[in-house]
Amino acid sequence: MYSEKVMDHFKNPRNVGEIPDADGVGTVGNPVCGDLMTIYIKVKDDRIMDIKFKTFGCGAAIATSSMTTELAKGKTLEEASKITRANVAESLDGLPAQKMHCSNLAADALKAAINDYLEKKKVKK
Amino acid sequence: MTRKVYMDHTASRPIDPRVFESMTPYFKEIYGNPSSLHSFGLDAKKALEESRTKVARLIGAENPEEIRFTSGGTESNNLAIKGVAYRNKKRGNHIITTTIEHMSVMNTCKYLAKQGFEITYVPVDNQGVVDLEKLENVINEKTILISVTYASGEIGTIEPIREIGKLASDNEIYLHIDAVAAAGKIPINVEDEHINLLSISSNDMYGPKGVGALYIKKGTKIQPFMHGGGQEKGLRSGTENLPGIVGMAKAAEISEGEMEAESKRLRLLRDKLIKGALGSIERSYLNGHPTKRLPNNASLRFSYIEGESLILSLDMFGIQVSSGSACTTKTLEPSHVLLAIGLAHEEAHGSLLFTLGKQNQEEDVDYVLEVLPGVVKRLRAMSPLTPKEMMR
Repeated sequence: MYSEKVMDHFKNPRNVGEIPDADGVGTVGNPVCGDLMTIYIKVKDDRIMDIKFKTFGCGAAIATSSMTTELAKGKTLEEASKITRANVAESLDGLPAQKMHCSNLAADALKAAINDYLEKKKVKK
Repeated sequence: MTRKVYMDHTASRPIDPRVFESMTPYFKEIYGNPSSLHSFGLDAKKALEESRTKVARLIGAENPEEIRFTSGGTESNNLAIKGVAYRNKKRGNHIITTTIEHMSVMNTCKYLAKQGFEITYVPVDNQGVVDLEKLENVINEKTILISVTYASGEIGTIEPIREIGKLASDNEIYLHIDAVAAAGKIPINVEDEHINLLSISSNDMYGPKGVGALYIKKGTKIQPFMHGGGQEKGLRSGTENLPGIVGMAKAAEISEGEMEAESKRLRLLRDKLIKGALGSIERSYLNGHPTKRLPNNASLRFSYIEGESLILSLDMFGIQVSSGSACTTKTLEPSHVLLAIGLAHEEAHGSLLFTLGKQNQEEDVDYVLEVLPGVVKRLRAMSPLTPKEMMR
């Protein structure tokens, strides 16, 4: 059902965990649907210096979270906010059709984390 | 090499080697058509009728003629429910079933609802036991059929069939029982339990796939939906799948003889698995009834994590199980059975179904108990739902 890449990211997920003093936090999904993920980012000079995730969900949900953090790490906020669900799925050599919608939420969580950072920055000013 | 432990006997089972052996002559040597008059046909006919007798014996049917062979549990359930509904619609259009039935009952009822039948789904309690009082209360003068599972393959709960049978027969309503998950595992007696129709499947008893049977009590009014040469007393046309039928009968015969010892063995393994898992993993629970349950069923759930990732993780250790969560299927919705016993969606998503079988030994259970806590812990460490104090 899943590509080798998906299974690799499921077995050895990259960047699992929390950042206690994160600059931005984004959560999407709903445990009712079976998928919930939170992404934490640490930002310096508009660049994502560190990123971590926590995910409740199926294999695809965990693998897409892991891949999203890999794609975003080291990128500028502008570059990172352009990462789409389709980019994530492609980087994993594809996802089963029924998983594209519900479980492929990590790109949205990343955007939410970036927006959270930008909002906080506004308030500080 | 990783150890292989198959504990998904609700999904599929290997064929018993004795069953396989019994079938082989019917592919190459005894290939006659039971409807033919010549001696090849008569040999086939004899095997067919002997098979009927063996299957009848397993479920306590008095007359082998009351057994009709089908292509499996799904067809038997379809034939029983649609066959009774259409044949008896002049008497009434009301059918009662429960909220925990197999999809082949659920979706047949849904289909009939679109055809103008009224369906009532009787709820179950939080252990999956059908509410008898509610069942009695929804019976009306238009009720023609009650369809209930003997035991749920998903949560293991065994239903109070005798009481339901009494209720149905007192009210002169046909009772159909889906015994696919129960037959061959626990004793069934269609006479004592006032059952009019009973579905069973061959593979669920370690027989070949693609064969099943429907018990139809003599005098039950039912109509076919497969029309043709009038086989199976006009109820299921099409040349009989003789190798399959012979295999199913052998499986029934073996199950009947070994049920007591095998159930006892499986119950011990099941209870060791349940006790071990619940004892070693915090916030883990058993789904279904603790004692009135199928001997091979351990349906467990673990807070804060999701079923599919549990299945994939256990598969990495060579352990094959299935999920109460239907995330692996097309719908992504959690199982209707788990929701029916009152679980919240996220609890239903965190369920895992272990179903033991003939080849499982105590070492397999030990291995699962060795692996499972670590797998749960790893996924919980990744989950945003896990309370912080649990991870310390």
